[in-house]
Amino acid sequence: MMSGKEYTTFMDDIIVRTVTRLMVPLILLWALYVLIHGAGGPGGGFQAGCVLAAGFILYALSFGLEKTKSIMTIKWISLFSSLGVLIYAGTGLLPLFFGGKYLEYGKIPLINPIKASEYGIEAIEIGVGITVMAVMLSIFYDLSTERED
Amino acid sequence: MNPVDIIVTLIMSVGALLMLTGSIGLLRLPDVYCRMHATGKCDTLGESLILLGLIIYQVYSGHELVLDKVIVPAKMLFIILFFFLANPVATHAIMKAAFIIKTPMWTKQGWKVWQKEESR
Repeated sequence: MMSGKEYTTFMDDIIVRTVTRLMVPLILLWALYVLIHGAGGPGGGFQAGCVLAAGFILYALSFGLEKTKSIMTIKWISLFSSLGVLIYAGTGLLPLFFGGKYLEYGKIPLINPIKASEYGIEAIEIGVGITVMAVMLSIFYDLSTERED
Repeated sequence: MNPVDIIVTLIMSVGALLMLTGSIGLLRLPDVYCRMHATGKCDTLGESLILLGLIIYQVYSGHELVLDKVIVPAKMLFIILFFFLANPVATHAIMKAAFIIKTPMWTKQGWKVWQKEESR
């Protein structure tokens, strides 16, 4: 008989584990595509972060929570969740040194102001994606951890 | 009428008919196993046929852009590949979860909880 702890995972199911091993890299790659594609089409930082977190959650559902926590540890998650905010704020503060306002990327002396705006938005999307992935994974860890009592 | 339009209409109609069959099965069948049986198969082939019709329409329609004729059908092909990979496995996972938590099964003699063999 199965114990109560194994109800939530598919650790003994070879079909789910094989397809998960095949699909998780593709999901992460597609999340990067959504992240980069956000300026010129559907997508963006929040969506890419959610897809990245969904890849890790799928891995956790089929290989168990402990293995996922050994790959993406709590320490890395707290680091990532603050790193994204740092990227966002740093990119926003960068135009202040060239005489612009906060988040005014056109003032950054790159090739031309349009390109500078595009790259600035991309950098901010990367920051948003990293933070959203970390916070989503943190919520998932908190919800799926068993209570002590 | 353009023969490509007729082929595209036929393929997408078959896909929509399959989706309709899956929806009727979801509404009419008695328990969770039969409903997953109806939707898991019909969704995979129905959505794939609709996307196949869109691919044929995109390749043979009179667009001037050459890049769109390659990239958009390639993305749709990836979506079809994803459906064929993910949809049966998701059906299998939901079905197995329902089996593990002992969801009752409909039989002609009444509702019944299927027990796993103890010998395994």
